[in-house]
Amino acid sequence: MEDNLKKDIFKVAGKSLKSRLIIGTGKYKSFLETAKAVKASGASMVTVAVRRINILDKKKPLLSDYIDPKKIIFLPNTAGCYTSDEALRTLRLAREMGGWKLVKLEVLGDKKTLYPNMIETIKSTKILSKEGFKVMVYCTDDPLLAKKLEDNGASAIMPLASPIGSGLGLQNKVNISLIIKQSKVPVIVDAGIGTASDATIAMELGCDGVLINSAIAKAKKPILMAEAFRDAVISGRNSYLAGRMGKSHFAIASSPIKGLI
Amino acid sequence: MAKIQLNGKKVVIKSKYSILDLLKKYNLTNKKIAVEHNGVIVPKVFFKKKYLKNNDRLEIVHFIGGG
Repeated sequence: MEDNLKKDIFKVAGKSLKSRLIIGTGKYKSFLETAKAVKASGASMVTVAVRRINILDKKKPLLSDYIDPKKIIFLPNTAGCYTSDEALRTLRLAREMGGWKLVKLEVLGDKKTLYPNMIETIKSTKILSKEGFKVMVYCTDDPLLAKKLEDNGASAIMPLASPIGSGLGLQNKVNISLIIKQSKVPVIVDAGIGTASDATIAMELGCDGVLINSAIAKAKKPILMAEAFRDAVISGRNSYLAGRMGKSHFAIASSPIKGLI
Repeated sequence: MAKIQLNGKKVVIKSKYSILDLLKKYNLTNKKIAVEHNGVIVPKVFFKKKYLKNNDRLEIVHFIGGG
């Protein structure tokens, strides 16, 4: 392996992660399938949601019975929150559960598109950072708002590729590139990735990582797709580090002209 | 006897019942959970001392799968 690859460490809020692929744990058929997909993906961080315990079913298994929070970093999220207050309440509870300070903030603004409400998101980022949280923030792909998040203490910027769960892939490469170029914190494409090649494209642009849930959980063979994503993210990152060749409108022969018979 | 709201459901408990007693009843003492009592998060060290009163609202949350 070349030297620059050996030193290519992915760090978020001071934490080194083995993989640039982060996995969402929603929508799987079972906890067993979730655990198998996480293992196959090679991810060392997974997102989790905070919800009420089902008090009527005392024996119901828990996610942590299948994925060990000591081995895989749990990243609590605020999925389903539509106001800053709801998001803050959720993350404060998550912190109480076991000292989680590294969290994923998402404040949604619209039920149909699940588009983030950036006004509430920026407000929450500021408050959470002041409370000592390390906040990875789901956001729109607007470079100006991404900068605002960084100025307000975000530990990672997580712009959407396209709407959550849509599988439409990376819709605005130009904006994502602008965000990557201006950001001093990691940029992780979150939401909308549909298939492994979408993740490669995001990584080739220079993203620090990708977060995938539906594209794996909703694949016909989730475990195989998890492997595909593991390789796609590595390939995309290596391709970015290697630096692509220049483009030309005309052909440039691969074989030398000299010595032609 | 006291009536409380536990995770949105009406539950009847004995008098002088603490949060810890309630967690024991639902086999939750060794689980990764957090408790909110009338809108205020209760640190684990207070579970034993915090007694529940009539009309108290209690939320017990945990981690589930999510994106």
